[in-house]
Amino acid sequence: MAEQQTLLAAHEVAKHFGGVKALHDVSLTIHRGEIYGLIGPNGAGKTTFFNCLTGLYRNEGGHFVFDGVKLEADAPHKAAEVGIARTFQNIRLFGNMTAIENVMVGRHLRTRAGVFGAISRNSATRAEEAAIARRADELLHYVGIQERSHDYARYLSYGDQRRLEIARALATEPKLLALDEPAAGMNGTETEALRVLVEGIRRDGVTVLLIEHDVKLVMGLCDRVAVLDYGEKICEDVPAIVQKDARVIEAYLGG
Amino acid sequence: MDTLLQQLINGLTLGAVYALVALGYTMVYGIIGLINFAHGEVVMIGTMVAFTIIVSLAGSGMPPLLILSVGLLIAVVACMVLGWGLERVAYRPLRHAPRLTPLITAIGMSIVLQNVAMIIWGRNYITFPPMIEKQIYEVAGASFTNVQVAIVVLAALVMIGLTYLVQRTRMGMAMRATAQNQHVAQLMGVDIDRVIAMAFIIGSALGALAGCMVGSYYEIAHYQMGFMLGLKAFTAAVLGGIGNMAGAMAGGLLLGIIEALGAGYIGDLTGNFLGSHYQDIFAFMVLIVVLMFRPSGLFGERTGDRA
Repeated sequence: MAEQQTLLAAHEVAKHFGGVKALHDVSLTIHRGEIYGLIGPNGAGKTTFFNCLTGLYRNEGGHFVFDGVKLEADAPHKAAEVGIARTFQNIRLFGNMTAIENVMVGRHLRTRAGVFGAISRNSATRAEEAAIARRADELLHYVGIQERSHDYARYLSYGDQRRLEIARALATEPKLLALDEPAAGMNGTETEALRVLVEGIRRDGVTVLLIEHDVKLVMGLCDRVAVLDYGEKICEDVPAIVQKDARVIEAYLGG
Repeated sequence: MDTLLQQLINGLTLGAVYALVALGYTMVYGIIGLINFAHGEVVMIGTMVAFTIIVSLAGSGMPPLLILSVGLLIAVVACMVLGWGLERVAYRPLRHAPRLTPLITAIGMSIVLQNVAMIIWGRNYITFPPMIEKQIYEVAGASFTNVQVAIVVLAALVMIGLTYLVQRTRMGMAMRATAQNQHVAQLMGVDIDRVIAMAFIIGSALGALAGCMVGSYYEIAHYQMGFMLGLKAFTAAVLGGIGNMAGAMAGGLLLGIIEALGAGYIGDLTGNFLGSHYQDIFAFMVLIVVLMFRPSGLFGERTGDRA
């Protein structure tokens, strides 16, 4: 195996809602180029972890170090800026915009043209906007929904909406792509296609953090897996070992 | 028949102005869900600034059209700064406050701006100097002026430009995305502070333009003119479906026409018991009817689905 570089390190991240400890000093390390699974029963704190990481929640304790830099997650657009993109468990597309427009919004960060460019329509702006459209088109092609490019996002099928969310997240050129239950509600064929897509994304150099309920998918796809239960990390290892861990089995089957 | 055509022309002129002002309300509402009651005052300040510039340049020997353009440009820039400042000072600190709080602040800002304007420009009606030689055209028994033509054409061009900006450009897409879901837009790297500021800046620029149009049309300005104009434009925005930009344009035109027709026919309808100075009641009748029967406005849904 190649030398393992840390991309994301969470140090004792804590978050509570009133008296409920949603995350209790969770530490974990994600290596560059791996597919890292985060699993756990419902309410274990997986999505809360995502929300802290992407700046939607402010964690009360601990911190994240991303690509060697401590995250000051005070605004979600800054998380995007350093290279973290995500999708949502409950799909959150811009429903009243077309598929390609959704992806183009994701390009916002990596382009520069300001208002004056937009108004004056100088050649640099026009070239940039053409490049945005071209890149968005490539991304739709990449996730396999190019033919739906000009349909409103809300009219896309469920599986296509999930793909569009991934394309939109990739448009921000992330170093880390965080997928929140991408296979939820998908049938076997769609899940298989998703697996191929995620592997392709990793091959193209993006590290993937995957929250998933589909244990089979996680075990087949991830290099390493962490298990959360009641806001605590109870296990972190390669899938084969995690599957045999007594605490994990207890958490999933009840004790 | 003469009255009908005449009032349609007058209504179109008025409606173009309402539409521009209504866009300012609707853009801000679409993005942060705030009814910016100070917007009418921004329009008034725009008119006053243009007035001051035009009056001070009037004796300079510059060509009248140039003076008018300079006045308009400075008014637009002044209002852009004002709109930006309002958002920065009065509304941004209240971004996460309960909805009623910024609304009350908006009313407060409206009062502040009115009073500042009263101190600067006085309590009296100001005659807006006519810079363009007025020409009157007659078509099929109805008459209209070159000022009216300029208002309608300019408003149409600006609205086309705005539609292009919002539908086709990077900034426009960021605005639409923010209107639909602020959090997700942020996660896609959109700096929503900038987007919100931009909505205020663009809306205020449109307001300044509308103010100059009203000033040139009626040739009069007053520190309280923003109140009624703002209320009418707000009605237009509600009529079209507040938050929906196409709705604001259509609502503005429709309201202008309804008002003009109302003013034109109210005498006939009531046996001259009520005269055309009652034209204001039509706008508010429209507001009441819309709120009773179709509160979401003509264009139904908002541009953005707020979570």
